Order: sequence, then C-alpha cells, then structure tokens
Amino acid sequence: MSDIFEALTAPARRAILDELQERDGQTLFELCARLTMKHGLDLTRQAISQHLGVLEEVGLITTERQGRYKFHYIDATPLRSIVDRWPTARSRGTKK
Amino acid sequence: MKIVVTSVFVDDQEKAVQFYTTVLGFTKKHDVPLGQNMRWLTVVSPADPNGVELLLEPANHPAVAPFRDALIGDGIPWTSFGVDDIHAEHARLSGLGVRFTQPPTQMGPVMTAVFDDTCGNLIQIATQPM
Repeated sequence: MSDIFEALTAPARRAILDELQERDGQTLFELCARLTMKHGLDLTRQAISQHLGVLEEVGLITTERQGRYKFHYIDATPLRSIVDRWPTARSRGTKK
Repeated sequence: MKIVVTSVFVDDQEKAVQFYTTVLGFTKKHDVPLGQNMRWLTVVSPADPNGVELLLEPANHPAVAPFRDALIGDGIPWTSFGVDDIHAEHARLSGLGVRFTQPPTQMGPVMTAVFDDTCGNLIQIATQPM
C-alpha cells in the first residue's frame, strides 16, 4: 500500500490523524488511550502500530525519537496532492 | 490477603529516593540495608502513611533494561498514582523540571498525564471523577 487514498480509508487511521491534529507529538501509549477512550475503537496496540506504519509510509505522519521516547507527528503535506488534482475552487457557479 | 508493597524498578536507589521524596512529595518509610549496596527502600504517601508502600527496587537484573526500554519507547507508564488536581500537579512538577510525555488529557472518565521519573520509568498520574 502506498497511496494516501488507501491510507485514509480506515476510520482508525482518520481518528489517529484527528487526535494528532488536536495535539501533535504523541507516544503510542497516548494514541492508544485516545483511540480507545475517545473513539471507542477496540484495537490492539499492535493493530494501532500497523495503522501508524501505513500512515508513515505515505508520509502523513512522521516519527521522532527524543531521548528514550518515540513521538508521532502529523504531516498533512501529502494531502495537497488531492487539492492540486481537483482544486477546491472549482465547483459549479464558481468559475475561475 | 492485602497489598502492602508494590514496586518500581529504579536505576539508582539514592537518586530515586531523592526524586520520589523531594520532587514527588512522598515520605520515606523503610530503609534497610540488604548488603551489596542494596536497600529495602520504601516510600509512602504523606496523605496515607500506613497505606501501600512503594518499593524502590534496584533495576540490576539484566532483563530489566530491555524490558523497560521497550515500554518507555512506546510511552507506556510503569504504574499510576492518584492526584486530586492533575492540572496543579502538572504545573508544579513541570516547574521543578519534570519532563511530561503526555500533558493532562481527558481519557473517558479519568484525566491522565505521564511523566519521566528520571529513574528509568514513565509514571502516570490520574484524577478520578468525583
């Protein structure tokens, strides 16, 4: 899997991006707690880890090791390719 | 049967007792030399001096380091302590230079935060709903 469209199909992955949007730079532990407690997602830590792997592969998140901990950050840059392909300014009645 | 002692592995017992008393605010309960520079070293909450003791246990077994490193890498706390006002504790401990990997965050019915105890562990604090 290597495109952002596939990466965004899973609700869990969209929830991960929502949570990182709310607070950037989270450990796996914090993300797991948020997905369980706030989104009611019943996922194992391994499953969440795999979702993070998919998001990282397409560049929607980056990870950074600071000292002994690993943090996850959102990077929405790849989403620009969607808007570049289908510009949001183009819709009926909005000629430009 | 009662839970009397629970434990946390620490890299250095002297450094740990300093952190757990002067920074976190627990009080030393038992300090018994065990030989080989090891101590039976426990602290308790001043709010509950006859309550559960926390044993600051030497982390010298070779299996401890890789195990703890894996937990810390994923941000997983070793144990959890209860606090009345998590925002006040977060502010107080941050002011003392304590590093938080997770600031106070509402997780369903509880609000939790996670900090580094400087002795090789992440510790969670939590405020229970009234």
